[in-house]
Amino acid sequence: MSNATHHAPPSGLQKLIETNSMMLVLGILLMVSVGGLVEIVPLFYLKNTIEKVDGVRPYTPLELAGFNIYVREGCYTCHSQMIRPLRDEVERYGHYSLAAESMYDHPFQWGSKRNGPDLARVGGKYSNDWQRDHLRDPRSVVPSSIMPGYPFLSKTLLNGEHLAEQMRVLRIVGVPYSDDQIDNAVADLAAQASSDDAGGPDVQKRYPNAVLGDVAGKTSVTEEDALIAYLQHLGVSVDFKLYDDKANIR
Amino acid sequence: MSIDQQVNKVRIDPLSGVPTTGHEWDGIEELNTPLPRWWVWTFAATVVWSIAYCIVYPAWPLLHGATEGLLGWHSRTAVVQDIAALQETRAPILEKIKNAPIDTIEKNPELLLAARTVGRVAFLNNCAACHGAGAQGAKGYPNLNDDDWLWGGKLSDIRTTIEHGVRWDADKDTRSGTMPAFGRDGLLTPQQVSEVADWVRTMADLPDALAPEPAGEKLYNDNCAVCHGADGKGNQSVGAPNLFDAIWLYGSDKGAIVNRIMQGGGGVMPAWKGRLDDTTIKALTVYAHSLGGGQ
Repeated sequence: MSNATHHAPPSGLQKLIETNSMMLVLGILLMVSVGGLVEIVPLFYLKNTIEKVDGVRPYTPLELAGFNIYVREGCYTCHSQMIRPLRDEVERYGHYSLAAESMYDHPFQWGSKRNGPDLARVGGKYSNDWQRDHLRDPRSVVPSSIMPGYPFLSKTLLNGEHLAEQMRVLRIVGVPYSDDQIDNAVADLAAQASSDDAGGPDVQKRYPNAVLGDVAGKTSVTEEDALIAYLQHLGVSVDFKLYDDKANIR
Repeated sequence: MSIDQQVNKVRIDPLSGVPTTGHEWDGIEELNTPLPRWWVWTFAATVVWSIAYCIVYPAWPLLHGATEGLLGWHSRTAVVQDIAALQETRAPILEKIKNAPIDTIEKNPELLLAARTVGRVAFLNNCAACHGAGAQGAKGYPNLNDDDWLWGGKLSDIRTTIEHGVRWDADKDTRSGTMPAFGRDGLLTPQQVSEVADWVRTMADLPDALAPEPAGEKLYNDNCAVCHGADGKGNQSVGAPNLFDAIWLYGSDKGAIVNRIMQGGGGVMPAWKGRLDDTTIKALTVYAHSLGGGQ
């Protein structure tokens, strides 16, 4: 080996780091924090990541309960909620997702894998009947589906006793729930699930564009009702006829 | 031996002829094999590439925004341009569909092929979940291949149904007509529901129909005939199905019929106007109409 003699023994900084584990740890921390500063900090001030968009509101108690079930059942492991600004995705799913559309999701449900389709704009795409049939037995409506059935959701009564507390906690992290909304959480939960509950108009006053259930005279609210209310709200908040694509570029 | 001595002990490994780094632990020494030249050059090239990338594309976040890059590229403008380019390649055929009166499309083979192609793609993405990939339907979701139409099978009927949906409350022009929940709301007793179901099954000439109670016919005439017709042929203006065409959306066994009379209501279809553009809805209309049962 002709170049063998060019390799000097480690010295200086290399020697210091390689022979001193605390120095190595400090060096790693320094590198990682530079990466963090460059990649994370700008998300808190760049215009297109913090843009305010008309129409986005906090979830109703029923939708929030549905969100909890969505997280509990791990729907995000197979369904994304993030339409990327790519031609094919916009063609199939609709307008690309905006950061503001998931600003009240804690934790966000963007997902990272699509065994099933993206759900960011599934709201209003199918009827409640279809959602029920599909959740109970996906293959009854989509023969080629590989999604597991969730028939137990329709047999499990919704436990809403901690929803008001959850709303209070969400308020701490920035979801603007009012006292009025939190005080009426349980009443709104039941009212939204029914199509003809006396409290329906109040729900819609507290939460603009809230869609009421399609079953009249409901006496009990199931987890399925909550999940469907959540799904039907996905991606319908922003009116993209009014949204200016160019306004928030950087 | 101190660490210092270990670190500084450099020698040529006799077996491979490669110098060691001087690191030695328990008699095991680390060879200092030089990196292959191709690797070093590739690494250098990626460094150069990253610098060029930072100059040409948006890269570094600054205080009031990120660097914009010489190309001025942005994902949000790029997707708009990509879609515009796609629309441009589709424009010749989409324009023809858009400009042709809807009832002339099926008479022109070229236009029909175009409309069916555009319609088929939109159908698979939006309609197939309920109506099936072959438009064959499922329990509660109508088959679109047959000539049985709940809300009318003419082109104009189909377009209205697609645009405004069925029992879709968010659209004020939606198809509406809801069968009362005769059983659940107590309009008929369970006994009466059973009688009228038997009568319907007899009228429909179902092979296993029981001999109906005479009361069933009167109950039918008093409660059902107003929508389904005295002859049972239905009424498309309110979406009341023809009961005697051997097509049963929810099944023809007695339990299924009793259930419908108990629960009432009917299927729901979303309104697609606004979600899909007018040309796509026009193509979908022609597609559904041309599946076999269009009137």
